[in-house]
Amino acid sequence: MTPVVELAGVAFAYRPGQRVLEDVDLRVEEGEFVAVAGPNGGGKTTLMRIVLGLERPASGQALLFGEPAHRFSKRRLLGYLAQRSELGGDAPATVREVVSAGRLAAARLLGPMRSRDREVVSEAIARVGLGSVADAPLTTLSGGMQQRAFIAKALAGEPALLVLDEPTTGVDTESQESLAALLDRLHSDLGVTILYVSHEFGAVERFVGRLVLVRRTIVFDGPPSDLPGVWHDPSHVHA
Amino acid sequence: MLESEFMRLALGAGAVVGLLAPAVGFFLVQRGQSLVGDGIGHVAFAGVAAGILLDVSPILAALVAAVLGGVAIEVLRARGGAAGDQALALVFYTGIAAGVVLVSSAGALNVDLFQYLFGSILTVTSGDLVVIATLGAVGLATIGLLYRSLAAVVIDEEGARVAGVPIEALNITVATLAAVTVALSMRVVGILLVAALMVLPVSAASRVAWSMRSTLLLAMAIGIGSALVGLTVSYYADLPPGGTIVLVAAATFGMAAVAGALRGR
Repeated sequence: MTPVVELAGVAFAYRPGQRVLEDVDLRVEEGEFVAVAGPNGGGKTTLMRIVLGLERPASGQALLFGEPAHRFSKRRLLGYLAQRSELGGDAPATVREVVSAGRLAAARLLGPMRSRDREVVSEAIARVGLGSVADAPLTTLSGGMQQRAFIAKALAGEPALLVLDEPTTGVDTESQESLAALLDRLHSDLGVTILYVSHEFGAVERFVGRLVLVRRTIVFDGPPSDLPGVWHDPSHVHA
Repeated sequence: MLESEFMRLALGAGAVVGLLAPAVGFFLVQRGQSLVGDGIGHVAFAGVAAGILLDVSPILAALVAAVLGGVAIEVLRARGGAAGDQALALVFYTGIAAGVVLVSSAGALNVDLFQYLFGSILTVTSGDLVVIATLGAVGLATIGLLYRSLAAVVIDEEGARVAGVPIEALNITVATLAAVTVALSMRVVGILLVAALMVLPVSAASRVAWSMRSTLLLAMAIGIGSALVGLTVSYYADLPPGGTIVLVAAATFGMAAVAGALRGR
């Protein structure tokens, strides 16, 4: 079966001679829940941007569902939660309006949403437990609830690959636990492939099947249980 | 007031621009581009000057210049973060400088120029109103059709880009709509005040609205309200219509800001 993500010998530099990534090989199969961790500046966000086709590798190959990532034709299959997702503008967008924005690529671009699209949006809101505040302005909710709304937005497109970049930044410990449990549930219920990128794997470690540590190249790739004890301390990868 | 044909035409033009300017301005304000309308206005001034110099319709020349300027601003903005701000400054100053040079060359640095700088809604003809109403209807219909797409870009541009939404085409559409709005609004409030009608109603609405959609609709209501009230006040108090319309919009913003503060927003 075609892997969801396939990187082979990928290298990348923002400036000549300063490689952020080097000789990266990564293969993610359908239905996997993979945490990509590493120190800040270690190249994991760049890696994720290459996976999503937002950057082209300087050398090597990046494939999404078997197609070159930078000209991937079925982008509606991708759900993305950007680092520190926050609302653009100062209009008081409601949870439903934010989540509806995630349905756009899967629905038509012109005119009002069809009833099927509205149902999918409502389902996505219910899945993340925000049904009771669906019509509340997002800015009136806590940081954890806002992240849930952005996860619902990514889900509203019914993606085959969900990529989350530092989803727990600025979220309290309790909400981090609850977000990790939510992602585990979504993974089980929907069978969606999840790529969870973070500088620490903390709460999500016990839910993922595979952990990938990035420090310019991949320094560990396997189940969390195989990780040497000392490496559970994220500061280790800074060494 | 309504017995006078010039006031009926003025109210018609004011109503169209009062609805369209905040509707387009909504998407500029939400993307932190409140001054883009001003930048396009400066380029439109160069268009007016070119029109006078070449003896073609100044409004038509302004429309062409505004569209070119709006698209140029968007293309330059999309190419680089901090450079986007400088791109706006470049277009601003080049536009106004070209306008001054062209209008001086045409020997038109006179009172006629003032109608474009400060508006001349009381001289709108029935032909003008047909053009304003037609382009206004096209603009509003475009926003109605593209509302969900444009809102998605405002909410999360990067997420929309990853999902394959045609961001560049949508941003160029907003720039073109802004340019058409500037060209149409020149007769109502003038080049110098055109951005005010695109920004103030939106800022006012976002202080008291409860959703994005309600912000847009409320901004349009404030826009048309400001235009009609401003024109009425200017008629009875013998004040300049363009300035009065903008002052009414500014007063509405003040009231909305107080109301918003009382509600804790």
